[in-house]
Amino acid sequence: MSALLSVENLQAWYGESHVLHGVNLHVNQGEMICILGRNGMGKTTTLRSIMGILRKRSGKISFAGQDMMALPLHKTARAGLGFIPEERGIFASLSVEENLMLPPKVAEGGMSVEEIYTLFPNLKERRNSPGTKLSGGEQQMLALARILRTGARCLLLDEPTEGLAPVIIQAIGDVLVQLKARGMTVVLVEQNFRFAAKVADRFYLMDHGKMVAEFPVAELPNRMDLLHRELGV
Amino acid sequence: MTMIFGVPLQALMGQLLVGLINGSFYALLSLGLAIIFGLLRVINFAHGAQYMLGAFAALLLLTVGGVNYWFALILAPLIVGLFAAVIERTMLSRLYKLDPLYGLLFTFGLALAIEGTFRYFYGASGKPYAPPPQLTGAVNLGFMFLPVYRGWVVIASLAVCIASWVLIEKTKLGAYLRAATENPVLVQAFGVNVPLLLTLTYALGAGLAAFAGVLAAPVYQVSPLMGSNLIIIVFAVVVVGGMGSILGAIVTGYLLGVVEGLTKVFYPEASNIVIFVIMAIVLILRPAGLFGKEA
Repeated sequence: MSALLSVENLQAWYGESHVLHGVNLHVNQGEMICILGRNGMGKTTTLRSIMGILRKRSGKISFAGQDMMALPLHKTARAGLGFIPEERGIFASLSVEENLMLPPKVAEGGMSVEEIYTLFPNLKERRNSPGTKLSGGEQQMLALARILRTGARCLLLDEPTEGLAPVIIQAIGDVLVQLKARGMTVVLVEQNFRFAAKVADRFYLMDHGKMVAEFPVAELPNRMDLLHRELGV
Repeated sequence: MTMIFGVPLQALMGQLLVGLINGSFYALLSLGLAIIFGLLRVINFAHGAQYMLGAFAALLLLTVGGVNYWFALILAPLIVGLFAAVIERTMLSRLYKLDPLYGLLFTFGLALAIEGTFRYFYGASGKPYAPPPQLTGAVNLGFMFLPVYRGWVVIASLAVCIASWVLIEKTKLGAYLRAATENPVLVQAFGVNVPLLLTLTYALGAGLAAFAGVLAAPVYQVSPLMGSNLIIIVFAVVVVGGMGSILGAIVTGYLLGVVEGLTKVFYPEASNIVIFVIMAIVLILRPAGLFGKEA
């Protein structure tokens, strides 16, 4: 089975600083993978490079059989990749609903606004308030919801649980489980592997700009020593 | 004769009207500047030249093409907008990655080049442009005579300002524009063609300036330097309103026009500097401008 998203020997630079040293990963259709790693190991950079936000990069990225390296940034989303940044990127000058409706539809099969409001009732209640007046958890919900509307086939989801209360983390986990049931493909970046273990099928461990381990979720218990050592938890 | 604060009502109303007229041009021009600055982070020094181009386009459309005022009011902004789009695509867009100073220097140079070219061909003196026959004459308001064309300037500029505000605050395109002002990279990552949005925005700003230029042609004369005098005041208006604030630019434009008009009545000596004095006070007390968000 050929992967939906495959990345080969991805290198990336911030200015002169070489931060990705040959990242290899693949994600199959409907699979949820999780990239673990300490801060500064290149997890976010990997997502930003795949998305094409970071342009100083080399290697091979193909998505649904299409070469992504040559595409300008605004065409990456059109190909079906959805990006949810760590800082969430909710726009202060837009209402909640305007934030939700902002990303253009890229394909059929996205959630309808009604479905989204059923999944996230808080957003419906507060649809006319400015986007940044929401709580951190609600902003994360909005950031997720906004991409679900577009019909993106694969989500690049950067640390969705960061800084959130356990009850909110639980709610986000529930949403991810539902997405998985709908067949959504997800690349999740997380430091919280206990959270990720509930949703991810497969793990990559990242260290100093490359992948140092790859294992399915079933092997997680055997890898605890490695994770404790690498993640310092 | 009715007196208010020792000033004849007629003189007061006359200067109020002049203030509103000037305010109309301030508002249209500072609105365009604010839109361009908000999204492109370019301080568009060519704005006065684009206003002048609008007036000249109307004049040339009339004298060369026989196109009347009403068509010129639509055509001139389109022509100047197209010209601005070409400038943005071929030159200005190359400067976005550099320090904002380069955009300022480029547009300043562009203004000098455009104004110099027109001065070479048309001289520095103003050319008259007659108001359309439908808008000549004056109406008696009881306390003063209102020239019809001047009333039209106020109404037309107000209508265009409101339309621009609605476009930016209430439409999908406006939502793209506001979002891209905050975080252009993310908006582009969502699949919006942000480079095209930048081009359209520059063209829109220049088109608004050109619209103001056509409106101004019958009031002032059409001359190559008509914009360079105005642009300095308009920059002060934008600073008072708050850089990048759309509503701030519009409201401050009319407000400062009226304040300037009233100053001419009560203390004429200060009328040329009152806007700059206000700018200085606002910068001291509220550096982000009256409507600006604290950075």
